[in-house]
Amino acid sequence: MQRTLRPKRFNQLWPFYLLAAPGILYFLVFHYIPMSGLILAFKEYSPFKGIMDSPWVGLDNFRQFFGTSDFYILLKNTLLISLLNLIIYFPFTIILSLLLNEVRLKVFKRVSQTIVYLPHFLSWVVIYGITISFFGPSGVINHYLSQWFDGNANFLVSNEWFRPLVIFQSIWKDAGWGTIIFLAALAGINPEQYEAAKVDGASRLQSIWHITLPGIKSTIVILLLLRLGSSMDSNFMQIFLMTNSLNLDVSNVFDLFVYHIGLEQFNYSFAITVGMFKSVASLILVLGANYAAKLLGEEGIF
Amino acid sequence: MKLKATWFDTIIVVIICLISLLVILPFLYIIAVSFSPPGDSMAGNFFIWPKHWTLDAYSYLLNANTFLTSVKNSVIITVMGTLLSLFVSITLAYALSKKFLPGRRIMLLIIFFTMIFHGGMIPSYLVVKNLGLIDSYWAVVLPAASSAFNIMVIRSFFQSLPESLDEAARIDGAGEFRILYSVVLPLSKPIIATFTLFFMVQFWNEFFSAVIYLNDTSRWPIQPLLRQMVAISASNISAEAAVDAQLAANLGPNVQNAAILLAMLPIVIVYPFLQKYFAKGAMLGSIKE
Repeated sequence: MQRTLRPKRFNQLWPFYLLAAPGILYFLVFHYIPMSGLILAFKEYSPFKGIMDSPWVGLDNFRQFFGTSDFYILLKNTLLISLLNLIIYFPFTIILSLLLNEVRLKVFKRVSQTIVYLPHFLSWVVIYGITISFFGPSGVINHYLSQWFDGNANFLVSNEWFRPLVIFQSIWKDAGWGTIIFLAALAGINPEQYEAAKVDGASRLQSIWHITLPGIKSTIVILLLLRLGSSMDSNFMQIFLMTNSLNLDVSNVFDLFVYHIGLEQFNYSFAITVGMFKSVASLILVLGANYAAKLLGEEGIF
Repeated sequence: MKLKATWFDTIIVVIICLISLLVILPFLYIIAVSFSPPGDSMAGNFFIWPKHWTLDAYSYLLNANTFLTSVKNSVIITVMGTLLSLFVSITLAYALSKKFLPGRRIMLLIIFFTMIFHGGMIPSYLVVKNLGLIDSYWAVVLPAASSAFNIMVIRSFFQSLPESLDEAARIDGAGEFRILYSVVLPLSKPIIATFTLFFMVQFWNEFFSAVIYLNDTSRWPIQPLLRQMVAISASNISAEAAVDAQLAANLGPNVQNAAILLAMLPIVIVYPFLQKYFAKGAMLGSIKE
């Protein structure tokens, strides 16, 4: 029988549109209407006149933003956190995957995976709470510092410690979870390659170098490019919690600035300008990363 | 394959043990402090095994109105959010899994574009505000009702179901809703379980939208309250700015750490169920059409 029983006419198709409607409505209202709010970046918002009738100011907001020293500080802080994550967190995830992959005892592997995945599911507030218990003024680390070295460190309210703490938190929370995708890629490597290498007398380290790493090269490249594409996004929740007036020099990132300007000082237009700069820069970075992936002969992200 | 442990295996096991220990130790410490009298932990004369046990912190928290209200709010938000997210995501993903549906490509494009571009914090805030949702649970629940990633994963699951299944049901005269409800959903238990747990975790952990959308702190879920409780000791927030001055005055390290533990408790409880599914779920997400 060639004729399939698929709905073809509208009086058969409407149930599907009805099913799709709430979801599409959700995306339109909570994702696309906000995009239209971006026109406020080109206006001087006045609450009395509303969004539509507020006067146009062209690129004034952007000129003002790029003209301040804030812009360079925000850019530097945002990119530095991304860069540090890229050179510390990212390789750590790969190394952890390689280690887990080399474990031959199945039970041990499963137990350790269960443990290292867990922190991923905790909220940033809980992570922050744990951080305070350890690094806070009366935390356990300061306790031992004062006991053994007769001193203490203001981890949470100093510029020097902000970045190390943030990177450490990221690793503690997400490095385990990050191994999932690499382990999936590693599971796809043909075991015969290892057998052959063994016959040729390769050591375990040599197998890792010549078989395992090349086997996950494309996954590494894609994830690296994805991370480069999202360099404008620092993990906002994490930074929002870890920031305070004493470490603002290093902790102030675009999203945090938008929050302060927009939701604390109610300067909507300027906050939207900053947010829009970030969104557009991110879009360009993501598209650029995708293009780069294709240039390298990878499949690309989309 | 013979399993003879070499020095190589030993090193790897030792390193992984150290890493696992580094993950577990903070939990043990939090638990220990929460069961200790405040004086003990301030003196720091123990690490993971309390010298004296006490349930004071827990009995205090379970009698503190502000804390109980926040737990109640969290439960309401989690239940509302999970049900709504499941409904919105499953219905849309199901419709989009039908290759014969005209307009499907445009809808997919609309959804996927949100992965690479968004209006940002302030425009989203203005939408929620203009909808009159400020100070209602809906402000936390509605904007997080779904995401392109969820739709993508659930849709690819539906697409993996044999098409002949619904055709058979159609021949038997079942309507489309009937097919979804009595044929497709019972077959989709693994993906529904996965996302039920994911959504529960997501809404229980929700923090920022509560901070910006709920000015009325009696509506606050547990995460923002927890932040205030622990931040007071880090002197980020003055005691006067605290939601509940009485709560703040009674904060010792034991109460703070008990609150941290209670805030993560539901996660730790669902985690074993979650774990069974998420590896598969994460894999599904990486498969492209």
